[in-house]
Amino acid sequence: MSGGRPGRLAALIAALVAVFLLMPLIAVIPVSFTPNRYLSVPSGAWSLRHYRDLITNPGWGQAVWLSIRIGLLSSVVATTLALFFSLGIWMLRPRFATVLMGIALLPMVAPPVVSALTLYFLLVSLSQFNSVVAYDTLPGVALAHAVMIAPFAVVLITVALAQVDRRIDLAARAMGAGVLTRVTRVILPNIRFGVLTAFFLTFVLSWEEIGVTIFVTSVNVITLPRMMWMGLRDNIDPAIAAISVVLIVIVVTVILAKTAVQILQRRRSARKTA
Amino acid sequence: MSNATRTFVLLGPLLAFIGLTYLVPFLGVMRWSVTLPEPGLGQYQAALSDPLILSVLVRTLRICTLVTLFSVLAAYAVTLIWVRGSPAQRLAIELCILIPFWISVLTRAFGWLALLSNRGILNEWLQSLGILSEPLTLVRNEFGVIVGMTHYLIPFAVFPLASAMRNLDERALMAARGMGASRARVFRNVFVPMTAAGILGAALVVFVFALGFFVTPAILGGGRSVMVAELIYLYIFQIPNWGLAAAVSVILMVAVGVLLALLMRVMRPPVPR
Repeated sequence: MSGGRPGRLAALIAALVAVFLLMPLIAVIPVSFTPNRYLSVPSGAWSLRHYRDLITNPGWGQAVWLSIRIGLLSSVVATTLALFFSLGIWMLRPRFATVLMGIALLPMVAPPVVSALTLYFLLVSLSQFNSVVAYDTLPGVALAHAVMIAPFAVVLITVALAQVDRRIDLAARAMGAGVLTRVTRVILPNIRFGVLTAFFLTFVLSWEEIGVTIFVTSVNVITLPRMMWMGLRDNIDPAIAAISVVLIVIVVTVILAKTAVQILQRRRSARKTA
Repeated sequence: MSNATRTFVLLGPLLAFIGLTYLVPFLGVMRWSVTLPEPGLGQYQAALSDPLILSVLVRTLRICTLVTLFSVLAAYAVTLIWVRGSPAQRLAIELCILIPFWISVLTRAFGWLALLSNRGILNEWLQSLGILSEPLTLVRNEFGVIVGMTHYLIPFAVFPLASAMRNLDERALMAARGMGASRARVFRNVFVPMTAAGILGAALVVFVFALGFFVTPAILGGGRSVMVAELIYLYIFQIPNWGLAAAVSVILMVAVGVLLALLMRVMRPPVPR
């Protein structure tokens, strides 16, 4: 063990766990080609009818477009608020920073179902005063998503700020730069990658959000996960398998591409240093 | 800009946002729990004495404990290879963790339905081989819930374990080897104790996550093994009893708060310095 590689037994168990992790994702593929209208494994004849369904049934396209709009709206709001907050904690180092951080992260650490009920309460209450930001409306759902994803943006931007060398900010300050200059010319260029990551992650989290969405929507706002949820509850619709395969292919492509780029970069930098 | 203005402009927006959209509504939920349908602590009494609710709470604790045990054990083996394996092993494990992690909880639950349901891949295969004559009931019960939740939570256990294994002092392992301990003994008596904080942290993260879980149990439990999150949903949308739903939520929030306080003691919170 010391400095060496783990033994065969550990490798074997890890391989079994890896199979366990990938198994349900692979299982979706054959089921998506079933010719039947119920969940089944195709025996003999394979069919593309459920993929055709995704195109011909306008509900799927509408759900995707709705999820994209809610995702963009909520991730822009969440990332902006989180950026201000994290900058404040980093630059001002307020007293009670831990408490403030705790409040900011609350929606992330509270049990999802409690958050769902809390946001249901919020939107039902707001519905009594207006019909725009309300229960089962697009702005209402985006608001609920923004609350749930903002803590993740705070964590990512805070981590990015922790890597910044405080001395460059001190130097800018000593040369007479004001807060605005320090933020826009010194700090932001150093954390732009972290901010972009926060924006991307919060978008994906909103795109996939289902626990809270179930509580704050009923018939008008059908996001993609909400539509999948309806097809999963009672009679399982094999169209869910087709949409799942599409989503899995997207994720696998992005991750493999990212890994390939990383490996190439590592090789190139290794060649340079050699 | 004065210091007070800066604090206000930078920290104010998010704190006001969370305050108005989360803290105040949560106080509203607490108010529901003591006012609906009538003022008093009746709903808490009901929640802690009704045999139905108690059985749901006991089931939730049982499922969460088993899921925590399985996911942390599985994650430990995976993380060991991820952190200390050969480059090829590391890459393979990394992909096996990241791909499921980025895939929606609905797709993952559906994958288990495709694999384990009565007309699913496993049952069809076992029947076509003649091993089974009747399909095995593997989902729409507690077994399915435990499998699905373990699958969902393994990546969340991997991250705290990985940071514990990466930060450990290599010299202690070499010293133990140098003193003549076998590889197995070094693992058992040195490596595992040195990652104990990571194990405890991973277990708490998984347990807390599992407690409030809604989607996977609802799909793979099929209404038969209801957990506490689904119970809250039922009391809001199916058998309206908002006061009881609110009381159960407050109890859940308190339980998670206590566990998180423990977690803070085990691991440092992500606060910048």
